[in-house]
Amino acid sequence: MAQDAVTEAPEQGDGVRRRDFINIAAVSAAGVGAAGVLVPLISQMSPSADVLAESTTEVDIGAIKPGQAIKAMFRKQPVFIRNLTAKEQADAQAVATASLRDPQSLEDRTKPGKANWLITMGVCTHLGCVPLGSAEGEPKGEFGGYFCPCHGSQYDTAGRIRKGPAPKNLEVPEYTFTSDTVVKIG
Amino acid sequence: MSFPWANEYQPQHPLMQWLDAKLPLPRLVYNAIGAGYPVPRNLNYFWNFGVLAGVCLVIQILTGVILAMHYAGNADLAFNSTEHIMRDVNWGWMLRYMHSNGASAFFVVVYIHIFRGFFYGSYKAPREMIWLLGVVIFLLMMATAFMGYVLPWGQMSFWGAQVITGLFSAIPLVGDALHTWLLGGFAPDNAALNRFFSLHFLLPFVILGVVILHIWALHIPGSSNPTGVEVKSESDTVPFHPYYTAKDGWGLGAFLLIYCAVVFFAPNALGHPDNYIPANPMQTPAHIVPEWYFWPFYAILRAFTQNFPLLGIPAKLLGVMGMFSAILVWFFLPWLDRSPVRSGHFRPTFRKFYWLLVIDVAVLGYCGGSPAEEPFVIISQIAAIYYFLHFLVVLPIVSSIEQPEPLPFSITEAVLGSDQAASLAPAE
Ligand code: HEM
Ligand code: FES
Repeated sequence: MAQDAVTEAPEQGDGVRRRDFINIAAVSAAGVGAAGVLVPLISQMSPSADVLAESTTEVDIGAIKPGQAIKAMFRKQPVFIRNLTAKEQADAQAVATASLRDPQSLEDRTKPGKANWLITMGVCTHLGCVPLGSAEGEPKGEFGGYFCPCHGSQYDTAGRIRKGPAPKNLEVPEYTFTSDTVVKIG
Repeated sequence: MSFPWANEYQPQHPLMQWLDAKLPLPRLVYNAIGAGYPVPRNLNYFWNFGVLAGVCLVIQILTGVILAMHYAGNADLAFNSTEHIMRDVNWGWMLRYMHSNGASAFFVVVYIHIFRGFFYGSYKAPREMIWLLGVVIFLLMMATAFMGYVLPWGQMSFWGAQVITGLFSAIPLVGDALHTWLLGGFAPDNAALNRFFSLHFLLPFVILGVVILHIWALHIPGSSNPTGVEVKSESDTVPFHPYYTAKDGWGLGAFLLIYCAVVFFAPNALGHPDNYIPANPMQTPAHIVPEWYFWPFYAILRAFTQNFPLLGIPAKLLGVMGMFSAILVWFFLPWLDRSPVRSGHFRPTFRKFYWLLVIDVAVLGYCGGSPAEEPFVIISQIAAIYYFLHFLVVLPIVSSIEQPEPLPFSITEAVLGSDQAASLAPAE
C-alpha cells in the first residue's frame, strides 16, 4: 500500500521523519486550542460581575448597646456586629492566645481603639451554618460567644473557635469605620 | 457473549426481516431481555431489583422532565413555582410526589441491589466491571439526588446546599476557591441554584448511559445466581422471556403497590417539614438533616470530631475523606474479598460478618438522622470504625482463612437434587 511504503521507508539521518513532525505539530496545536477553550468553560462558573458588585455594605451601629449584637447582610451572608461588654472583652483577653486552635487575640480581630466592636461573619467555619448567639435569648455556648447548632461548634467572646469540629475562628471581613456609628463592610 | 444454546432471533415477518438486515435493534432486544438470553433457572427475588432500579430511573426521568416544564430555576421563583406545581398545575401534586418519593424508592431499590451483591459475591470475577460501573452509578445518583433536593429552595434545600458544598472548602489550599467556584458566589444563591438545575436535568441521562454499559458488561458473563456456581449446561438456564419477564413483572407489581401507597397516603413521610419554609440565608434550621438515603454517610462525616494529631489533618477534612472513602472502598471490594466462593450461603463466617455490616450501616443511618449529640456521636464513631474494618480487615482475613461449605456440582443439582452430568464429569 502506498501509505505503508511511506511510513516504512527509513529516513536518512537521525530517524526523525517529516510525518512525525507534522503529527506532533498538529496534535500540539489542537491541544493548545482545546485547552484554550477550557478557560471560558471553567471561568463562567466563578462569581459573575453582579455577584461581586454586591460586595460592600454600610451598617449603622449607633443603636447597638454593650452586650447586644445585630445580624447584617453582606454578600447575601450574615455578619455579626457585636458590642462587647467590658467583661466580655476581659474574658477574651484572659485566654492565653497560644493555647487556641486558631491563635489570635481580641486585638488581632478588632480595630485599634475599638476592641468592643467585634465584627465577624455569621458563618460557621465548619460547614457554613449560622451560629446562634447574636440575638437576645439565643444560646451563646459554653464560652459566651456563639454556638453553632449544626455540629456543636462553640465560639468565645472574640468569635474564636474553642470547641467542636470547626477549624478556624469566625472570619473577620474587611471593614472600616466611616464614622463612629457607621461601618462599611467589604 | 451468550451461551451456545441461546435461542436465535429468527424474524418471520418480511418487515422484521428487512429491519433486521438494516438495523438489528429487535435482535438486540431479543438477545438482551428476550428469549435469546439464557438466565440461571434459580434466581430468587433479590435478582428483581436491577429491573426495578431501571423502572425507577424511567419514573424519575418522565416525572422530572414534566416538573421541569413548570419549575423555575431562579432563587426568587423556585419556591413559589414548586408551590405552583403543588397547587395549580393539573396533577402537579401527584407528579411532584411521584418524583420526590421516586427518589426514595430508587435508593431503597438500589441499596437492596447493592447488598444483594455484597451477600452473593456478585462483585467477584468475572463480574468486577459490572460492580465498578454500579458504584459509578451510585455516586452519580447521590450527586443527582443532592442537587434535586436543592431545587425547591426551602430551608433544608438551602442549608443542605450550604453544608454539602462547604465540604469542598475542607480541601487544603484550593478549598475556598473551589467552593466559591462551585457556587458561583460566596453562599448558595441564584447562580448555584441555576447550575444545580441544569446538572440535575443532565445527570439522569448520564446515569442512563452508564446503566447501558452496566447491562452490556452483565451480558458478557451473564447473571450470577444464589449458589454462585457458574452456568455449566443448558439445563442450568431458562430463557429470560417468558420466565424472567414474568417474574420481574410480578415483582414490579409488588413494588408499584408499595410505591403508590407512599405517594398517595404518606407523601411527606420521608420529607422534612422545614423544606416547606422558603430558604432564608440568615437563619439556620435547628436540626439540619439530609434525606434519609444519605444518613449513613452523613454519620461518618460527623464522626470525625478531633483533629488527627500526627499529621495535623483537621477534623473537617478527615470527615470529608471518611465520607467519600466509605463509598470509594467499594471499588476495591473485588480484590479485598479473596474467597473463590461467591455466595454467602456457603461461607459460614463471612455470612455472620455480612449481617454485622447490615446492622452497622443501619446504626450509622440512625445516627446520621439524629442530632449531633451524645450518645449518637460516640456510636457513630464506633460504627464508622467498624465499617472500614469490615472492608479493609475482616473481609481479607475471613476470605483467606475461612473453610467454605461444599458447593453443589451445578445449578441443576442445586435445584433438582441431582444432575446427570455430575456422575459423568470428573470430580472437581
Ligand atoms: C436519577 C434520577 C433522579 C433523581 C434521583 C432525582 C431526585 C430528585 C429529588 C430528591 C428532588 C427533590 C424533590 C422534592 O423535594 O420535591 C428532585 C426535584 C426535581 N427534579 Fe429530579 N431526580 C431525578 C431525575 C430528574 C430528571 C431526569 C429531571 C428532569 C429532566 C428532574 C427534574 C427535577 C425538578 C424540576 C425538580 C424540582 C421540582 C420539585 O421539587 O418537585 N429530575 N429530584
Ligand atoms: S456548621 Fe457549624 S458546627 Fe458544623
